[in-house]
Order: sequence, then structure tokens, then C-alpha cells
Amino acid sequence: MIQTGTASLEPAMSNPVAPFLPVLILLLAALAMGGFIVWASGWLLPRLLKPRNPQAHKLTPYECGVPLFQQDARRRYNIQFYLVAVLFILFDVEAAFLLPWAVQFKSNLASFGVMLAFVATLLVGYVYVWGKGALEWER
Amino acid sequence: MPTQRPRPWSRPIPPATVIARALHLAPETFWMVVKVLIVLLGPLSLAALLTWVERRGSAMLQDRIGPNRAAILGRWRLLGFPQIVADGLKAFLKEDLVPPHANRVLFWLAPILAFLPAALGFAVIPFGQSFQSGDRTYHMSLLDPGNGMGMLYPMAIGALAVYGVLAAAWGSNNKWSILGGMRASAQMVSYELAMSLAVLAVFLTTGGYDPHEIIESQRGLWNVVPQVVGFLVFFTCMFAETGRLPFDFAEGESEIVAGYLTEFGSMKFALMYLSEYIHIVTASALVATLYFGGWRVPFVADPGPILSVLAFLAKVVFFAWVFVWVRWTLPRFRYDQLMRLGWKVLLPLSLGNFLLQAFLIYRRG
Repeated sequence: MIQTGTASLEPAMSNPVAPFLPVLILLLAALAMGGFIVWASGWLLPRLLKPRNPQAHKLTPYECGVPLFQQDARRRYNIQFYLVAVLFILFDVEAAFLLPWAVQFKSNLASFGVMLAFVATLLVGYVYVWGKGALEWER
Repeated sequence: MPTQRPRPWSRPIPPATVIARALHLAPETFWMVVKVLIVLLGPLSLAALLTWVERRGSAMLQDRIGPNRAAILGRWRLLGFPQIVADGLKAFLKEDLVPPHANRVLFWLAPILAFLPAALGFAVIPFGQSFQSGDRTYHMSLLDPGNGMGMLYPMAIGALAVYGVLAAAWGSNNKWSILGGMRASAQMVSYELAMSLAVLAVFLTTGGYDPHEIIESQRGLWNVVPQVVGFLVFFTCMFAETGRLPFDFAEGESEIVAGYLTEFGSMKFALMYLSEYIHIVTASALVATLYFGGWRVPFVADPGPILSVLAFLAKVVFFAWVFVWVRWTLPRFRYDQLMRLGWKVLLPLSLGNFLLQAFLIYRRG
């Protein structure tokens, strides 16, 4: 078993699900609340007292008042958004790898050196990405 | 069950136990229900208050009067306070339009997807000091300490907020919405890195990631003093994560109308709007917990349940006010500036802070 360094983390091991029961209750309560609000606003109240007055112009996509240029907005978008998402995955996984190290950290040279080596590999990738210009956004 | 055992009259029965018995519940169950209600409704009411603070506060900062017309029975204006109720009522009574060009399923789902992470985010944050009553210990956080998720939970749940935004953007099928949604997702994702590295430095100095431990470790000195760089990075990232004004590119009015909210109306809009404010409350609570000692009161070792809850509330309200204050003080940046700040300034800064903290611990031995 891994030495967690924190004694208070132990009780979760005995029954892995029971401590999270309140979160399940909270999730169901929030789901009921959000669902009820949306249902009441979008289904129940329109049948009782909300105005319902659709017009041709109201039903077109909002375009700042000028005539509609294009019905479907789902077109190609800037590749940069995709690039950022990929870079995020890479760096976030590395940050996730750092978490167990940070919690386990013992102040000896081996522990510190391991982390330095890991961060060095991270930095190589970071410098490469920066040098390639993947972090540049056109104005 | 210990509740069946007759108690000697000399020992006072704690009031929570009395209420629990009246409801035929075990005190643990009763306390859990109370906590679920607090965690669900507390941030919600704070967020509703925050909409009022935002309107009155912005008026104050801009030397205007602000909302003062809504009044209870046409008489009591209470500094525009009834405006919250008036806004909610109005949102409920407006026409709820699902545009024909939208994806109906996503359009209906988006407000719920936005609301859920906001409502769940508060679950592990301790809002007061644990106290002893009778022979039980009551923890003032929905999940007891040592649940194994710790501060990873609010970060994970906070990251889910992007789904609501994306569902709203893609479902609306409006170019402003899609632009706003794309911007929001890239921005949240970019600032998550610097944020998680800043938080890792706190985990490192604490030696654990349970919020109770983090608060316990701030007994003498709040984390903000040794980790002021980490705090600044984290707080900046919180502005980007919640989409607040120096970084509100997801709904920059002057650029993309209302961003991903453009096609929304009625209570669907209000729910997403409210979710953003709940995120601000949660972000303030995170800042208070990680860097400002959570429920701790300066120079008081054990503030006790009432004082600690008040202290925590004061800190949360203060940081929520800072969010409002900054919004009406700073102008909006450009999107390339946002990305440059996130990737080229904050990320190296928080990584440097992380390495510095590790080095300091190593040196201390």
C-alpha cells in the first residue's frame, strides 16, 4: 500500500462508495431543480400564461438587425482552437502526473531530482511548442 | 443506534439531535440533509445577491443610481433589493422561444448542463470549523475530510462547466454563439493549466489535497504570504475560468452580441446567467480556502462553528466583490492578449512558483 503521508485519507479505503453518497444526493437535487426550472419555463408556463407570438423575423438567427446572411452557422472555424485543445491535453496530463508527486514529496535529493527531470521533459515540449509558433494568435 | 440509548438528564441534548429525533432521522442523516440544502441553496442565494451587488456596485463605481424602481407593494424600495425578485419573475414570464434553426435537444439541455457543475462545485469546500456536539463530530462540508477527492473535486467539476457553454453554443446554431462557445472553451482550457499548477504548489506545501488539511496547515500563516505568486496566478485564472470581465470573450457584448447566450431567453437564459454567478461564488470560496485560510480568523486559534462560518462568508463575499470591482474597473483585453497571457506568462509563472516551493521544502530538509 502506498504511504499517503496523510492519515486522514485512510477511511475512504474501507468503503469506496459510501463517502460519496451526499454528492449523489446533491446531484439528484440539482438535476431536479434545474430540470424543473427549464420544464416549467419551457413547457408548463407557456401553456398557462406566457405569451406566444412567433414571427418570421423572430425565428431567424440573430444577426444584429441586418438581413440574414447565412442560415447555418456551423462552418469551419479557426484551427487554432483545435491546437489549443491538443496542447491542453498534453500539458494537463503532465500536471496530473505531478499531483501524486507533490503530495508524496519527501525532501531528499532523489525525490527532488526526479521531479526536476520530469519538469525538464515538460519544458522541452513547451519550448518546442513556443518556438513552432503554436501559441501565437493572429490579431 | 446510539439514539436509542437513554441519556442521563445531566447531559444536555444538542439541538440538532432534538430536531433529528423529531423528524425520526438519525443525526448523521439529518446533518447530511441540512448540508445538502446549505451546499445547494447557499451558493444559489449568494449568486442571486451577487446579481444585485453587481448592478448596484457598478452603479456606485460609475456614479449612477442603478436599479431603484422595483419596490415591495410599490412602497419599499430597499436600495433596489427587490430587483432580484422582479428579474426572476420577469424571466419566468417571458416568451420561451426555441429557434427553429437550433438543435432542440442541446438547446433544452444546455441550461441544465450549465447549472449542474455550478450547483455541485461546492461539495467539498469546508464552510466552517468542524464542531463537537454530544458525542459526535459534525463537519461543515458536505463530504467528510479524508474522502479521497479533496480539492481535485471542485477543479474537476469546474472543468465540466465548459460542456454547458459548448452545448449552448453549438445548439444555438448562431454565429455569435459558436464564436463565443469556441472562445470560451479555448480560454477555460488554457487557463486550467496555470490554475492546476498553482494549486499543485499548495498541495505540495500542505502535503495533501484535502481542503480540511489545507486549512489546518494555514493555522499560523495563510498560504497567500509564502505563495503570493501562486495566489495571483490562481486568482487571474479564476477570472478566465468564470469568464469575468477582463476575460469575458465568451460573451463580449461589443464583439459578439452576447456570445453563447445570444439565442437564449426567459428562464433558460436566467439559469445560465445564474450559473455564472454561482461559479463566481465557488471561485471566491476556492480562493479563500486555498490561500486565505478558509474559515480561519486571524489571531483566533479555534473560532468555533458560528464565528468560523461568518469568517468564511465574509471572505467569500469580499472576493465576490473583487470580481465585481475588477469587472467595472478594467477594460476587456483582446483575445490574442488573453492567450498570450495564459500560455506565455501565467503558465511559466505558476510552474516557477511550483519549482520554488519544491526547492524551499527541499532546502528546509
